[in-house]
Amino acid sequence: MNRLSFLIGRICQGILALFAIATLNFFLIRAAPGDPAAVMAGEAGAVDEKFLQVVRLQYGLDLPILQQWWIYISGIARLDLGYSYRQQASVASLILERLPATLVLTICAFVFSLVVGVTLGVLAARKPGSLTDRLIGFLALIFYAAPMYWLALMAVLIFSIRLGWLPAFGYQSIGADYHGLEALLDRMRHLVLPTLALSFFYVAIYTRMTRANMIAMSQMAFVKTARAKGAGETRIQLRHVLRNALLPVVTLAGLQAGNMVGGAIMTETVFAWPGVGRLMFDALMQRDYSLLLGAFLITAALAIIFNIITDIIYTLVDPRIAL
Amino acid sequence: MDRRAFLKLAATASGTAVLSGVPLMAAAQAKGGVLNVVVQPEPPGIMIGIFQNVPSQMVGGNIFEGLLRFDADLKPHPLLAESWESAADGMSHSFKLKENVLWHDGKPFTSEDVVFSLDKMLRETHPRVRNFLTAVESITADGPYKVDFKMKHPFAPFIQSFEVGSMPMLPKHLYEGTDYAGNPVNSAPIGTGPLKFAEWQKGSFLKLVANEQYHEEGLPSIEAVYFHVIPDGASRATAYETGKVDVLPGGSVEYFDIERLSQLPNTEITTKGWEFQGSQCFLWLNNTSKWVSDKRVRQALMFALDREAMRDIAFFGYAKVAPSPWNSSTKYYTEDIRQYPRDVEKAKELLKEAGYDGSPIRLLPLPYGETWQRLAEIARENLSEAGINVEFTATDVAGWNQRLGDKDYDIAFSYMSQYGDPALGVARLYTTSNIIKGSPWNNVSAFSNADLDALFDAGAREVDEEKRARIYQDAQALIAEEVPLAWLFEMIWPTIHRANIKNLISSAVGLNDSLGRARIE
Repeated sequence: MNRLSFLIGRICQGILALFAIATLNFFLIRAAPGDPAAVMAGEAGAVDEKFLQVVRLQYGLDLPILQQWWIYISGIARLDLGYSYRQQASVASLILERLPATLVLTICAFVFSLVVGVTLGVLAARKPGSLTDRLIGFLALIFYAAPMYWLALMAVLIFSIRLGWLPAFGYQSIGADYHGLEALLDRMRHLVLPTLALSFFYVAIYTRMTRANMIAMSQMAFVKTARAKGAGETRIQLRHVLRNALLPVVTLAGLQAGNMVGGAIMTETVFAWPGVGRLMFDALMQRDYSLLLGAFLITAALAIIFNIITDIIYTLVDPRIAL
Repeated sequence: MDRRAFLKLAATASGTAVLSGVPLMAAAQAKGGVLNVVVQPEPPGIMIGIFQNVPSQMVGGNIFEGLLRFDADLKPHPLLAESWESAADGMSHSFKLKENVLWHDGKPFTSEDVVFSLDKMLRETHPRVRNFLTAVESITADGPYKVDFKMKHPFAPFIQSFEVGSMPMLPKHLYEGTDYAGNPVNSAPIGTGPLKFAEWQKGSFLKLVANEQYHEEGLPSIEAVYFHVIPDGASRATAYETGKVDVLPGGSVEYFDIERLSQLPNTEITTKGWEFQGSQCFLWLNNTSKWVSDKRVRQALMFALDREAMRDIAFFGYAKVAPSPWNSSTKYYTEDIRQYPRDVEKAKELLKEAGYDGSPIRLLPLPYGETWQRLAEIARENLSEAGINVEFTATDVAGWNQRLGDKDYDIAFSYMSQYGDPALGVARLYTTSNIIKGSPWNNVSAFSNADLDALFDAGAREVDEEKRARIYQDAQALIAEEVPLAWLFEMIWPTIHRANIKNLISSAVGLNDSLGRARIE
């Protein structure tokens, strides 16, 4: 019962936060110089008053700003994300079209970084100061410090251009007409480099965090007790130390997960990955207000949802935390 | 005139420049192959009656056609029109249309389509055409294959505006009476060109396939074209290096990558196919801002800039220092006008005369990437050597459009097409009637000079070539003296492609209408 009322409370909070975010986004975007009419005027190569008028009318930019805000907010309340005149399609359909590509990439990166990061952290923490520990620490430092953009380009240089093992961009071989297993393998090959590029930073963080917490936890009284009871070392490391050390990792994982839809803009750009991140970037460049707001809103909603999930997972990992 | 006759004629007229590889045409029987081309950025739409930006033109110009096609010397050749006549006084024109032309949906192309496209739809959707058509009194169909134009006054470059990007022919049966912008046909356009629309996976690729019913015998030779959407410049270079794409259109990689890529095996580089665009790079000088409104300050800016260094450092040599505000491919170009070689002392003198006190001058760089950033930095260094205090204004493309549209700048980088004729692409930069708020592509300098207005006005209406030439040479001399804006370079946009692709560029608009005529050997 307790858990249910907590959940309802959090969801209500989340909805309020979402509306606040939507409003903030709405005004922030309009504060940036240049509107869709300016962009389209720029692209048309020639413009007169009539052209500008038509565009502003189409986008509803002739209305007072509060009225524009009301139209937008009441649309969201009806689960209507609006219409992109720029692309001549509903915002929801545009985002849905790009969502699968982004989810495949970010989920792969999420799982990869979590598994690899925690594993490396555990390995490093076994014997602090050992060669393994120092090697892992060095790797983590590079992954943490090097910009994703540079790592991605280096990976392309080595694996695509020099060695020719992996495709450098895109999410499928265009025009290859693969089917079944072939198509799946083709997609997987395209997935490797962007996944790595997107994962490096988080691998580093998970590694360092797992290691630090494992070492801190190893000194706690309950670990000594477990040793005194005669429990095996692996059991101690995994059941007692790791479980307690994972709490901050869960927090971070929640943040990464919440960032999944909007957080891959760079990776999607370098690797020409047709996902939501790039859709957002293009929408920003073109001042496609409705599309940009829609993408922001989805990103915010996911962040809120993953926050709630993180809270629930907390209680599962550590029963001492009450809701 | 059939294609072969056209080619012969064009080849004699223009040498081998634009039509290299043509002699092989008759011999080459092998058909097939796929072209992989970069398109950058992804176009918002490819119906070029509605979307006129650069990437839309490159895709849509191969689906749609104009009545005429132009060679590298900007001479017109038959396409949808097989012949045309203009009255000596320039007050009427008539076009005889080709008879066996079908739209991609199988319906015949007739004079009704021409009248609808020009008189109805493009007048609504194409601001540039709306400007051309102000000179036209009436457009009428005389039977299914003849169209007559009556003029209000002569418009000298009228024939030149029948190129596909300016006046694409659109299907009346699909657009008449519809909401043009919202018409679902826009997402799978129906044209008459050698290639037809097949598929568009947003964010990934666009595919065109051969039009088997094309109205020119033996064309197209290729099976399909894929336009790849690759948003990052370095990744586009990689895509060529790894063999994923075969054609890098001008402007798709940064200038510093061009030399390296052009050295790769089986690779050719060409600067052709931009004669119609004839782009000129310049600095807008805001004639309404405090210091720049002084002619002496504007001349000082011209003297202060080191255009040779800019060409070598920012463009790696792929630009031509412009001796005239006219592009050399634009009619009536002359170098016989006042020149501005770099002379910092002279610049300082002029600034002193104008009483310039060192207050900041805002410079708006063009937010198109690395090359343009470098260019702006060199300009700042040059100008500060002459004692001008330059401040950068950082923007993205939307902000840049807005600031130029609102004239909220002091000096700003830009480049624009001249379309081969001063009345089409040059007058708009200088005449008083083109000071229109809201667009970065008209008289953004807000320069206003009655003599110059009169010259441009007379030039547009003059049908006598000699008189016309004199008018525009006077205009160039006047501009060189007044410096309404600071002309810098003729842009060079090299296209890099695999050497086994032949006849890739066969017109003055290059890839924008040539892809359906390319062959792979």
